[in-house]
Amino acid sequence: MGALLTIRNLHKSYADTSVLRGVDLEVDAGEVVVVIGPSGSGKSTLLSCVNFLEPFDAGEIAFDGRPVGYGPSGAATRMKLSERELNLLRRDIGMVFQQFNLFPHFSVLANLMEAPVRVLGRPAAQVRAEAERLLAKVGLAHKAAAYPRELSGGQQQRVAIARALAMQPKLMLFDEVTSALDPELKGEVLKVMRALAQEGMTMLVVTHEMQFAREAADRVVFMEDGRIVEAAPAEAFFDAPRHARTREFIASIQSV
Amino acid sequence: MDFEWPVFLEALPSLAKGMVNTVRIAGWAALLALLLGLVGGLCRVSRRRWLNLPALVYVTTMRAVPVLVTLMFLYYGLPSAGLLLDATTVGVLGLALTSGAYTSEVLRAGIQSIDRGQMRAARALGMSYGLAMRRIVLPQALRRVLPPLTSELITLVKNTALVSTIAISELLRAGTDFMVWKANTFSPFAGVALGYLLLTLPLIGLNAWLERRYAVT
Repeated sequence: MGALLTIRNLHKSYADTSVLRGVDLEVDAGEVVVVIGPSGSGKSTLLSCVNFLEPFDAGEIAFDGRPVGYGPSGAATRMKLSERELNLLRRDIGMVFQQFNLFPHFSVLANLMEAPVRVLGRPAAQVRAEAERLLAKVGLAHKAAAYPRELSGGQQQRVAIARALAMQPKLMLFDEVTSALDPELKGEVLKVMRALAQEGMTMLVVTHEMQFAREAADRVVFMEDGRIVEAAPAEAFFDAPRHARTREFIASIQSV
Repeated sequence: MDFEWPVFLEALPSLAKGMVNTVRIAGWAALLALLLGLVGGLCRVSRRRWLNLPALVYVTTMRAVPVLVTLMFLYYGLPSAGLLLDATTVGVLGLALTSGAYTSEVLRAGIQSIDRGQMRAARALGMSYGLAMRRIVLPQALRRVLPPLTSELITLVKNTALVSTIAISELLRAGTDFMVWKANTFSPFAGVALGYLLLTLPLIGLNAWLERRYAVT
């Protein structure tokens, strides 16, 4: 039984700047992995490589037994997967962004229904019922007909989570999803994420919320300068970090 | 000044006939220009060289060459290359090629003004580039560029006056014909000017309304 997501020796640079310098990470099905680290450490880039929104230079990613981005390892030349294959992969990987990125010209319900209907070709009536159920789950059943601009940031982000879940993904990626929110709105989003974690959703979460990491994560990963410095079960990570740099970072975050 | 009411009133029926032609040519040209603009704009934002390079050449050429020269080239130049098009076709084509280039640029700017996060979110949901463009990016871009698009439409309507030079009896041509016939200049041209005003004023109103409605806040 292999991991749901396997990242091996991942490298990526923009122009002259090396952003990822050999990242190895595995995420098992049902596991919640939280990635923390100072800004510019490559956390968000790592996430974008997992569903290939960003191409990478070297290394391999495998999701659910399928190669991500480039053809199977061991091939003589590195071949980029076809658009069609990439689209098939992305169906099963949900992503939530810092800036929500809801579709402003669609109602909340239409935001949730768009991909399941247009990409998966599922019947609209069935998708609608499920979308309504998902909205109820994130506490926004009454906002189905509203437009994104009529919602608070916290509500928009909960819709964005529901939109990703509507595709019934096997893995959810969260990219600093509370960073753009006022402090009093972060809680409602984190609550939805905690519930999701408890249901057994596999999650890879980039965040600055240490409390969330401590409570909801199975494993915490500390990244700096494009490398993973330390990865450990949440409790061990916070209570007994092994690396000096990790200790410093935890201290600096908690003193804020 | 040689304005005379009788001549003015007498000119109106033929001016009206010319105006119908102007509207017909402008209408077809606008439709074709929108199509060209859509294709051109999409090609311009494509990352594929074989799509964006020809689009860039098209847009740059049509913006650099005066509309009148384009019309002359199509009308007098092409027949020497064995391609003989009738005057109306040349008129519609010349205007559409020019307007299509400007429309391409308007649409390109519109597409590029939509936050990149929209495309990212759509792709992350498994949507293809084409589907994401059609369902997510383009509808937002089109809404945003409606005011400049109506502006371009007004320009197109006014540019139809240029096809009078290739023997099409549109509004301006109807006026000059009448001027020669009646040996009176002021009266028919007053009618011609009024005719263009009648055509463009509603569009100018539409443009102002759209600008207020879709004001970038």
